Amino acid sequence: MSKQHWPLWEVFVRGKNGLAHKHAGSIRAADGRMALENARDLYTRRGEGASLWVVPAEAIIASAPEDKGELFDPADDKVYRHPTFYEIPDDVGHM
Amino acid sequence: MIDPQASPLPAGTDPAVTLGTIGTTVPGVDAADVVAYALRLGDDSLILGQRLSEWCAKSPEMELDIALMNLSLDLFGRARTLLSHAAALENEGRDEDSIAFLRDIGDFRNVLLVEQPNGDFAETIVRQVLFDCFDLPFQEALAASADETLAAVAAKAVKESAYHLRFSANWLIRLGDGTEESHRRAQAALDALAPYAHELFETDALEDRLIKAGVAVDRAALRPRFDERLAAILKEATLTLPGTEWRPTGGRRGEHSEALGFLLAEMQWMQRAYPDSEW
Amino acid sequence: MKDALTATDPRETAFEEHVSADGQVEPKDWMPEAYRKTLVRQISQHAHSEIIGMQPEGNWITRAPSLRRKVALIAKVQDEAGHGLYLYSAAETLGASRDDMVDALLEGKAKYSSIFNYPTPTWADIGAIGWLVDGAAITNQVPLCRTSYGPYARAMVRVCKEESFHQRQGYEIMLQLARGTDAQKKMAQEALNRWWWPCLMMFGPPDHDSPNSARSMAWKIKRHSNDELRQRFVDQTVPQAEFLGLSIPDPDLKWNEERGHYDFGTPPWDEFMEVVKGNGPCNRQRLNARRKAHDDGAWVREAALAHAEKRRERAEAASQAA
Repeated sequence: MSKQHWPLWEVFVRGKNGLAHKHAGSIRAADGRMALENARDLYTRRGEGASLWVVPAEAIIASAPEDKGELFDPADDKVYRHPTFYEIPDDVGHM
Repeated sequence: MIDPQASPLPAGTDPAVTLGTIGTTVPGVDAADVVAYALRLGDDSLILGQRLSEWCAKSPEMELDIALMNLSLDLFGRARTLLSHAAALENEGRDEDSIAFLRDIGDFRNVLLVEQPNGDFAETIVRQVLFDCFDLPFQEALAASADETLAAVAAKAVKESAYHLRFSANWLIRLGDGTEESHRRAQAALDALAPYAHELFETDALEDRLIKAGVAVDRAALRPRFDERLAAILKEATLTLPGTEWRPTGGRRGEHSEALGFLLAEMQWMQRAYPDSEW
Repeated sequence: MKDALTATDPRETAFEEHVSADGQVEPKDWMPEAYRKTLVRQISQHAHSEIIGMQPEGNWITRAPSLRRKVALIAKVQDEAGHGLYLYSAAETLGASRDDMVDALLEGKAKYSSIFNYPTPTWADIGAIGWLVDGAAITNQVPLCRTSYGPYARAMVRVCKEESFHQRQGYEIMLQLARGTDAQKKMAQEALNRWWWPCLMMFGPPDHDSPNSARSMAWKIKRHSNDELRQRFVDQTVPQAEFLGLSIPDPDLKWNEERGHYDFGTPPWDEFMEVVKGNGPCNRQRLNARRKAHDDGAWVREAALAHAEKRRERAEAASQAA
């Protein structure tokens, strides 16, 4: 049995203009053109797509779940980044 | 569990068929000519679609199963419109199914190229490249046909064919410029199948009449674009056209290869074993 | 189920709490090794089932009795290939490689749903598969859209959405046969007779004989027991068979007013175990067909890789020259 593997690609689909590309899943393909074709056939058979991105899976740098605390928790107490932190009298109207 | 909201169109309102059942063509043109022409185009699509569908669950990779089924579905969609159009113009009580399943081999009007067996994957891809290099400019031209149904089916087919050619050309390049084995197989497939491409450009008195009426496409005029496109693909695939004078032909007159008989035996078996049944 | 070592791991306790509160687990999150293994086994078996499942129906594509049936069947079988790929993709997020999973299948080490080891001798089997096998599969799969592992749940949402036409496609075939000629009615009844019991066994062994079920349910990988799902399927399907005018081949089948459910007989579990062991009518044929496709396609897959490598080298040489 052949042990030569087609590399893994992550697929992102834009459903329609105005929306961001969203991760749909992955596919296997030997090259980028094939990756686009395979992604088209697998993830847009029912007209779900207006645009496709394929990215070699190994090119994605992901944050580690155990780093969740140091990466994201420090943002939690920066209340002054949110509009509700500031007191504006109701008389001023909508701001 | 059976959700009526998810209903496909009810039987008989399939757009592929509805489009074909407009029983009119260009005033002043002999409807029988258009029937014959629609059968030629419909049979090309039907037989190639059937061949491609034979790959289901047998192709070299699961992604290719899906890709080949997609090509096949596009072709069956065209075949259904074209055969329905022929049936409607003919007005003798036939429909897409009786035309597809109840004609004998001598009544099929497809070119010999499309009935050639799938062979290995290289043969399927070469057959497809030859067909697609012809079919893309053909559909572009047919989209301007004076026959509304033919023009409408072609307008849709142009996009499909552009994708088919992209898919088949990319694969032929991979095979030709891949490994030694894939190159050898691709070249052998090209040697075997290239002669069948000539038939795609043949015209006859019937097509000449329809060309004058603005219904049919002048096939001969497409040859330079075919040659140019094919040459570019073969160059990248490092493959060479065989130098042979052999020009197999006869499909438009119902003179077919043995292979079509087996294809029909399989495709038509149910309708023939259970006549007068609805499926 | 837990040994002393893992029971004291605080990460495991946190994991169990997270999952039992319906929390989702994502690919790189810490998870107990047994959870990962159970998932890889279940998802890859599910993927294999989709891929092997292309065969019993796929072999009717070239013989479909009308063009309308043919295109619907192609689209359905194509979806099955697609679903197999979504599922392999979900399993790959757990560190399992698709090639290893496929190799395990081809070497006969991996399992797939036994239902696909039954033959499809007539066109009515295509109707019966869509109606019954897909009906049973949907009953099994809808709860999996809320399974605890994120990529699996998301794949199942896609699968279930796409499968909504599969069962209708099959039922429509049965309806046409049931309203057709005597030969067609007979064909439909015989197909129902062939598929009824195998479909009931698709839900797995009775709960008291299903050793892995309890843990999978605690981990929210599985959300309903085998017997619950089987009952749900019977209750849904009996009226559909009545509408077709076909009879379900079970003399013990009758409505139980008190339970509010149908009572039904015991499936032939001995036969089921034989099929699981590899002695079903088509086990060998299905695997051999898969192996043949894989082996015959090896040169194509290699060629594509070789070409990609040549392109990469040429691009590199060009950028160095520039």
